[in-house]
Amino acid sequence: MSDAARLLDPYQPHVSLLHDLDARVKLALAVGFILITALCPPGAWPAYVLLLTITISGALLSQLGLGYVMKRSLLALPFILAAVPLLFTTAGNTWLSFPFFGTTANISDAGVVRVASIALKSWLSVQAAVLLAATTTIQDLLAALRAYHLPRLLAVTVALMWRYLFVMSDEALRMLRARTARSGHLAGRKTGGRLTWRARVTGGMAGSLFLRSFERSEAIYHAMVSRGYDGEIRTLPTRRLSQNEIWLMIGGSIVLSMILLIGIMTGG
Amino acid sequence: MLFSATPMHIPDGFLSVLVSVVMWIASVIVIAVAIRQLNGSLSEKDIPLMGVMAAAIFAGQMLNFTVVGGTSGHLLGAALATILLGPWAAVIVMTTVVGTQALIFQDGGLLALGTNIFNMAIIGVFVSYGVDQILRRWLGEDLKGVMIRGFAAAWGSIFIASLAVALELAISGTSPANIAVPTMAGIHALIGIGEGLITLGALSFIFAARHDLLKTGNAGTKSQKGLLFGGLGIAVLLAILSPLASAYPDGLEWVAEQKGFLEAAQDPAYSIIPDYVFPGISNEAIATIVAGIVGVLVVLGIALLVARTRSRTETKA
Repeated sequence: MSDAARLLDPYQPHVSLLHDLDARVKLALAVGFILITALCPPGAWPAYVLLLTITISGALLSQLGLGYVMKRSLLALPFILAAVPLLFTTAGNTWLSFPFFGTTANISDAGVVRVASIALKSWLSVQAAVLLAATTTIQDLLAALRAYHLPRLLAVTVALMWRYLFVMSDEALRMLRARTARSGHLAGRKTGGRLTWRARVTGGMAGSLFLRSFERSEAIYHAMVSRGYDGEIRTLPTRRLSQNEIWLMIGGSIVLSMILLIGIMTGG
Repeated sequence: MLFSATPMHIPDGFLSVLVSVVMWIASVIVIAVAIRQLNGSLSEKDIPLMGVMAAAIFAGQMLNFTVVGGTSGHLLGAALATILLGPWAAVIVMTTVVGTQALIFQDGGLLALGTNIFNMAIIGVFVSYGVDQILRRWLGEDLKGVMIRGFAAAWGSIFIASLAVALELAISGTSPANIAVPTMAGIHALIGIGEGLITLGALSFIFAARHDLLKTGNAGTKSQKGLLFGGLGIAVLLAILSPLASAYPDGLEWVAEQKGFLEAAQDPAYSIIPDYVFPGISNEAIATIVAGIVGVLVVLGIALLVARTRSRTETKA
């Protein structure tokens, strides 16, 4: 396994119920989960708890461990900064006020509810996406997307991209290593040149990476032609979903719809 | 996680379902057009090219440089892809990259993916294309022209896309427009400079090593007038819409205003144009638009100046 592959591929090989599940079912359920989460109104705490129960069960069923899923799902949280101003601008009873540059800032209770809801909903959605990505190989995921009518050109581009992502990432890591190896550090001396120079050097590296990709893509094309490539990518036909899988999807949507109903009844 | 999350990938939970669905539909339509355009002009050789270029853009985002302290800048790649592959192929390549980031790496949400694709793969590419084509007429095909065009296209793509992000968040009610627009615009005016410099570096390298790749679009695209005006249209529309939204933030801001918080929050020491309203114009909306445009022009001017001095020292050296 290459350096980059170890760093990049989120797929965690385990033997579990969730791993065995057909990618089409997993994809549909994950997207449905995220859609329902988005539709839940702010402050629908009971619904959030039920949704969290689903992701926790998923984490346990998948053998990934709760820690792995929780840790990875925190990645998107810095974005919550975008919603923080709502604490102050949402109308409601003052919940907390503190001095702020000579004036007082008031945090309203409604504002706290809104921001906490956004953070929770975002966290829940990322958990579902982490579960999907960690238990499904990209080949299965692509086949599922193809079954849901992803255009062939996109599917082929993704497949080729994934095939060469690690190659190009290793290339990029080698470039970074080479740059580090040639960059001196002296204690007490300013090193590294000017910012624009550093950016230009990075640009040069990016250009060089692109050029190598251009040249590599020609070699790849020749190799493909030599094995009979004629512009058409052929894949095995996908099997039909079994009765059980269809029932699982129907059951999943019923559970999710009921959670949404609870959310609408309890949310503000 | 290797790819530092820029404030450009919107996660799930931050967009209203309505905004997500509308943006999904818009993205699907544009991607369908792109595929139709490419089906006519794409040779079988271009398919591996697009796949590998998508991998290169992905991997290229690992190449970073220290800005200050712990922060670092890195490439997003829409402008570079547009200049090297032509606009329609770039839309597909960037869609692939953004889609994979969401589906595999949770960099941006799944429901929000339509919006993220629209911002980065469609607005990013169209604006790059518009800027690049307009400047091509004036600047020509020499190294200096290529570098300035690359810088301006990259900066414009980042900046305009960030305005779109701010507006989408504001319409969804997750971030008040009068705070989201100036903040996103301010941050990305800077991030755009990093993107511009990397793009410029990459293009000057390719100019030296494989000049033929820069001669009028690859992957079978000729100059397309409709697309050019589409790109510039998006840029102008967003430049006008966002300060408007910023001037009339959704309701309820009076609560905060009563306490004088917004004034405190909105008056950074470095602001040249007070409160984003141009002095001397009485109508507030028009004044805000003028202020926004002047702001964009000032930053664009500075950016062009930087590019010019860079290219001058380059030709001397």
